[in-house]
Amino acid sequence: MTETFFNLTWLIPLFPLAAFAIIVLWTNRHRLLSTWIAWIGIGLAWILGWIVFFQAWGGFEELTPPTHKYPVPLFSIPTGTTSLNLGFQVDTLTGVMLFMVPFVCLMIFIYSKGYMNYGTKDVDPRYSRFFAYISLFACGMLGLVVSDNFLTLFVFWEIMGLCSYLLIGFWFDKTYPDPKRITPKEAGLKAFLTTRVGDVIMLAGMLLLYSQVGSLTFSDVFSQETLEQLAHTYAWGNVPWATFIALLFFGGAVGKSAQFPLHVWLPDAMEGPTPVSALIHAATMVSAGVYLVARSFPLFVAVEGGSQLAVVAFIGAFTAIFSSTIAVAQNDIKRVLAYSTISQLGYMIAALGIGAYVAAVFHLITHAFFKALLFMGSGSVIHGVEHGHHHSHHHATGPEGHEEEGEFDANDMMNMGGLLRRMPVTGWTFIVGALALTGIFPWAGFWSKDEILADAWKTFQEGGHFGVTANWGFFVWLLLTIAAFLTAFYTGRQIFLTFAGKPRTAAAEHAPESVPSMTWPLVILAAFATLLGLAGTPWANQFFEMIGESAVILGERLAHGEFNLVIALVSSGVALAGWVVAWLIYGFRPLTVPVDPLRRPLGPIYTLLENKYYFDEIYQAGIVRPAIRLAQACYTFDDKVVIDPIVDGVGRFGRWLSDWLRRAVDNPIVDGAVNGVGRVTTWFGEFMRATQTGKVQNYLLVAAVTVFLLVALYVFRTYLPDWLSALGLG
Amino acid sequence: MDVPLSWYLVVAAALFCIGLAGALSRRNAIAVLMGVELMLNAVNVNLLAFWRHVEVVKATLSGQAFAIIVITVAAAEAAVGLALAIALYRTRRTVDVEDVDLMKL
Repeated sequence: MTETFFNLTWLIPLFPLAAFAIIVLWTNRHRLLSTWIAWIGIGLAWILGWIVFFQAWGGFEELTPPTHKYPVPLFSIPTGTTSLNLGFQVDTLTGVMLFMVPFVCLMIFIYSKGYMNYGTKDVDPRYSRFFAYISLFACGMLGLVVSDNFLTLFVFWEIMGLCSYLLIGFWFDKTYPDPKRITPKEAGLKAFLTTRVGDVIMLAGMLLLYSQVGSLTFSDVFSQETLEQLAHTYAWGNVPWATFIALLFFGGAVGKSAQFPLHVWLPDAMEGPTPVSALIHAATMVSAGVYLVARSFPLFVAVEGGSQLAVVAFIGAFTAIFSSTIAVAQNDIKRVLAYSTISQLGYMIAALGIGAYVAAVFHLITHAFFKALLFMGSGSVIHGVEHGHHHSHHHATGPEGHEEEGEFDANDMMNMGGLLRRMPVTGWTFIVGALALTGIFPWAGFWSKDEILADAWKTFQEGGHFGVTANWGFFVWLLLTIAAFLTAFYTGRQIFLTFAGKPRTAAAEHAPESVPSMTWPLVILAAFATLLGLAGTPWANQFFEMIGESAVILGERLAHGEFNLVIALVSSGVALAGWVVAWLIYGFRPLTVPVDPLRRPLGPIYTLLENKYYFDEIYQAGIVRPAIRLAQACYTFDDKVVIDPIVDGVGRFGRWLSDWLRRAVDNPIVDGAVNGVGRVTTWFGEFMRATQTGKVQNYLLVAAVTVFLLVALYVFRTYLPDWLSALGLG
Repeated sequence: MDVPLSWYLVVAAALFCIGLAGALSRRNAIAVLMGVELMLNAVNVNLLAFWRHVEVVKATLSGQAFAIIVITVAAAEAAVGLALAIALYRTRRTVDVEDVDLMKL
């Protein structure tokens, strides 16, 4: 029974794929039908995904020990000396991903109907296409988590890259009056190219892995013998292959999960429609990077005490604190969440870097739920403010008054305030999400974040697994605790600026609550954000039992996130302190003018943070512009010096040759023959024309004369000898 | 006293030539039709003459039968021809065959 459903796992990504195909090919013109097809596609994936999850949860002990995997090969493609085995697999990591991904996707799909203004006059002109794209996106993520090898994983990984490009640039025709502000088109390109950097590094890792192992299937690559072989053969010097390949894979994860230094694409990805932001930053794309590191975790720990884990831990912890400082000075409601996402992904990466595998995956799951909630909540707010803006505008200047369109920024928190009264469902669910994000007891974020911090502290106290040194544990713990404070601070700031106080613009004053198809997913996700933490509480750690017990890596059990009351109190205290500081600055005396009260005291630091440490500018000057200049130099070389003269020379010779042939051969011989045939035909035709009088009597005369001549000939021939003999000549 | 075969043949040939000349030279479509009728009747004369003078076929009625068929066909042909002439006159207000050279278009 168990196996029956596991065997159907490969269907899960196919449902959204089928929805994509049907919408694109047939129902593009029919909005409601497209909506339902997309919903049914993801709904079926959700049902099957949860069946598989519950079976993996209840029955993972039945899975083949010691790896607890249920592999099912699908295709075997011969490649000459070896063969490429493609298929899928179910293990507990896949199981929990199948718990999270399709469900959150389903919520986002439902929410999209209202967000894209279905049934109103503002309905998006590319409404059906949007549902097709997000279905394909869901297919990419679901395919990624059920893959049993790096090749199909990479294929689905790239499908997501493509979809992110299409969806971030979904409003590609949108322009802003401010020329410095990034447009959706540019944001899509930026996301695509930035993640491509990571993807190329990852592809290099895959190629090296294949050259070393001869297989890309997880069960081959992560077998004990292979890992030992990779750990004891050296790429160069004393760098083992395992370290090198793991670092290259981590490069892919850095790009996809927007870690420093490839984080720049994610905040600009906010130019896409908000459901896309929720999809990319919660359920799918960015979790793919963390998933990749979790999936290839055996490779990361194959070398005891190698530098790869230190790199992972450093990048993760640094990103966590680095991006949360930026979030403090952002005014765009979605950008704050974007930097928050980068920071939370940093938590997961850092947790993986100190060997806290279970805590990282747990945080990945809980974060997906509450971050999807927060993004969709912010989308609901933006939607409401936009409607409020239209409403107030309409009343102020009459129906023709649209000349100021585009000047008003509905994403700017300075234009909001007091929205809790106008949008109660959105507001309260957003607050629930914020509590979960900041790790307040007993919401989901508390349990998962606490587990990471407890693991980090334990590493400091007792030394870590896999040769992680204690100092790294302290480093990670310290940075993540500071980041927890900043998280609480900027989240509190966001809440107070958006929902508390009095409306600062007419738009906020008239903002209506969103439609039920948008608010219901918020309520459901809020319930999950509240209750999901109970799966990983210290006294009944279901999650650890499922993920941790099954993950025996190199014969070693993974670190258990033991509850540490001191650490929990410290992190809760820090988070509460963040909320209190935010309240003192933004909540105690609500803003009346749209100027951040921190701008003056922090001075240049605020400007630095507001401009994201000038990373965009640095990349622009250091990488993008030199690349463009190099391309221009190549173009000049191509065009003016080498390729063009050759092409021109060939062309000129061809022209000369053909000209000569025309004069020497074509004109006198070929043309002469053709013209001669024509002339003869014309002459003969003119001649014969005279006989065709069209008069029936002429034809009859010809017939009579002909008969006469024929008879004469006959008679002549028959009687000629007689006549000749009669004349005495015969 | 029998009329010799050659006399019949001379008459028939003369009749045929008259008919042919009429068909070829007259400009009136009706006259052309009449020429054609003369040629057909010359053939009838030949048929009957040969039937009368050739011993092998004399016992049968083949000559008369042939002549009757030719007359029938001639009647039908005359009907068609006259109908054509009338149609021609109705559309072009003429029965002059010199003017009817539609085939040359």
